[in-house]
Amino acid sequence: MFSSAEISMILEGLRDSLYMTVVSTLLGYLIGLPWGIVLTVSGKDGLKPNRGLYRILDIITNVMRSVPFLILLILIIPLTKLIVGQTYGATAMIVPLTVSAAPFIARMVESSLNEVDKGVIEASLSMGAGTLRIIFKVLIGEARVSLIAGATITVGTILGYSAMAGILGGGGLGDIAIRYGYYRYQANILWVTVILLILLMQIFQFIGTMISTKLDRRKK
Amino acid sequence: MSAIITVENLNKTFDTKDGSFEAIKGISLEIEAGDIYGIIGMSGAGKSTLVRCLNYLERPTSGRVLVEDKDLASLSEKELRRLRSSIGMIFQNFNLLMQKSVLANVIFPLRIAGVSKAEAKKRAKELLEVVGLPDKIHAYPAQLSGGQRQRVAIARALANNPKILLCDEATSALDPQTTESILQLLRKINQEMGVTIVIITHQMSVIREICNNVAIIEQGQLVENGLVKEIFEHPKSRAAKRLIIEGKDPDEWEKNNGQIGSKAMEYAPVDLLKEHRRIRIVFTTNSSYEPVIANMILKFKTPVNILKADTKNVGGTARGEMILGLPDDTTLQQQMIDYLQERKLEVEEVEEDV
Ligand SMILES: Nc1ncnc2c1ncn2[C@@H]1O[C@H](COP(=O)(O)OP(=O)(O)O)[C@@H](O)[C@H]1O
Ligand SMILES: [Mg+2]
Repeated sequence: MFSSAEISMILEGLRDSLYMTVVSTLLGYLIGLPWGIVLTVSGKDGLKPNRGLYRILDIITNVMRSVPFLILLILIIPLTKLIVGQTYGATAMIVPLTVSAAPFIARMVESSLNEVDKGVIEASLSMGAGTLRIIFKVLIGEARVSLIAGATITVGTILGYSAMAGILGGGGLGDIAIRYGYYRYQANILWVTVILLILLMQIFQFIGTMISTKLDRRKK
Repeated sequence: MSAIITVENLNKTFDTKDGSFEAIKGISLEIEAGDIYGIIGMSGAGKSTLVRCLNYLERPTSGRVLVEDKDLASLSEKELRRLRSSIGMIFQNFNLLMQKSVLANVIFPLRIAGVSKAEAKKRAKELLEVVGLPDKIHAYPAQLSGGQRQRVAIARALANNPKILLCDEATSALDPQTTESILQLLRKINQEMGVTIVIITHQMSVIREICNNVAIIEQGQLVENGLVKEIFEHPKSRAAKRLIIEGKDPDEWEKNNGQIGSKAMEYAPVDLLKEHRRIRIVFTTNSSYEPVIANMILKFKTPVNILKADTKNVGGTARGEMILGLPDDTTLQQQMIDYLQERKLEVEEVEEDV
């Protein structure tokens, strides 16, 4: 059904998709997690409310979130070139994927941390806990299930974006789908990539759900 | 005994969307070391705000809070955190870390105070034994009942050997039996460890059960304070009278709009009785076991109407009070009052407006 060249191409696409998604998610969290924490802490009901700081971060987050991914990808081509040295291929795609994931992650983190019971924070303050301890031991510890759920959604979203990036030569399964399915009408390859993307999404979701169930101690 | 907590002319104003709101208005009080001190008032009276000012979780707008003669306003952020770790606090909703085991919850404050991991674990196990949960150390809060969760919270609050334990509605989410057992535990902690306990509640029964002193708060103001037994025997403020005569919890005050007795089903409705002279007698000694009233009726050969009779357990001793409707004959009334006073009962007129 497929030539060995096609098979190795599809496998390479699968590897590239995984690579882009995983690395962009990790880098996205590297930026988005502290960003979300600062949003939570400086917010109106946060540990250290700071209206000015919150306003600024809030606006930046909204602006970045409102630029559609493909347009962002084009907008930051100079930045991508500066960092990676080229503007096509899987590695280059990590830059726009990370830039678009970070504010998305920041919002996810903010909303997860804001769900933590204010009473538990008050109790921690009454025990003399400092801000950093409350952030790491109480906010993140208590919100971990919701954070993992957020991370699962994030991975799925980035996987989707990475496939979209195929239109502009991004590499990975999306790239193959567009080149073979759209330009050459090779339906079989198109379908294989679609099925692989669906499987990847299922696997990520499965792992995410499994981790968060395992981590949750709130059940009887 | 000297004051361990002194509150001087405390005010707290919150800025809200509809202007500023005075939650605490000029409250002053002193809490003696070793005491169990109650603060009662209806919801929204400012009790939580007041107790949060005691460890500066809330900074007062003006006035002073002194803990062991130290003005909290003079402490740096770091010193305040150290002070807080030496004052235990428990809450209505327990506020445990739900993702951490019972043991880890108790270890948490110890780690904050800089105790080593191994030491903290050992101490946490001892504490869980003190509160009666040695077999639950590996459980998670979600697996425990309300009473058990509050015990974990108490163990956690005691972790750093506090001299003071603040309890904000600690029994309000619990059923009566569990409340009773938690109050017993608090009493034990007070007696055996010498911890000064401040109890915030809207339940009069809690005050009666374990407090020595009480402050009554209404709309951010202190309306009356003093020894529980004295306030029970001679309530001065309207709020105190409502609490004691009607046996009502403050949350019911509003609804009844001060209409005495209209809802107190367990007692005769005082204002509906047509006796011309009513007196309250208070048994301050164990004489309540003596059939004084029966003897008086036998002596004067005239019945009196017992409008209300109530014996309560105040701070461990039996206290009783009765409201009597006396016969119309004024000489007889005076003779009866004299008779009661001779028998060391306190007698007080009950006016129309109790
Ligand atoms: N942070 C706050 N901002 C504005 N108003 C507050 C705040 N905290 C408490 N209040 C108000 O102060 C009053 C007293 O509240 P609280 O001390 O919680 O009462 P209690 O514990 O006696 O029920 C309430 O009217 C409440 O709405
Ligand atoms: Mg309250």
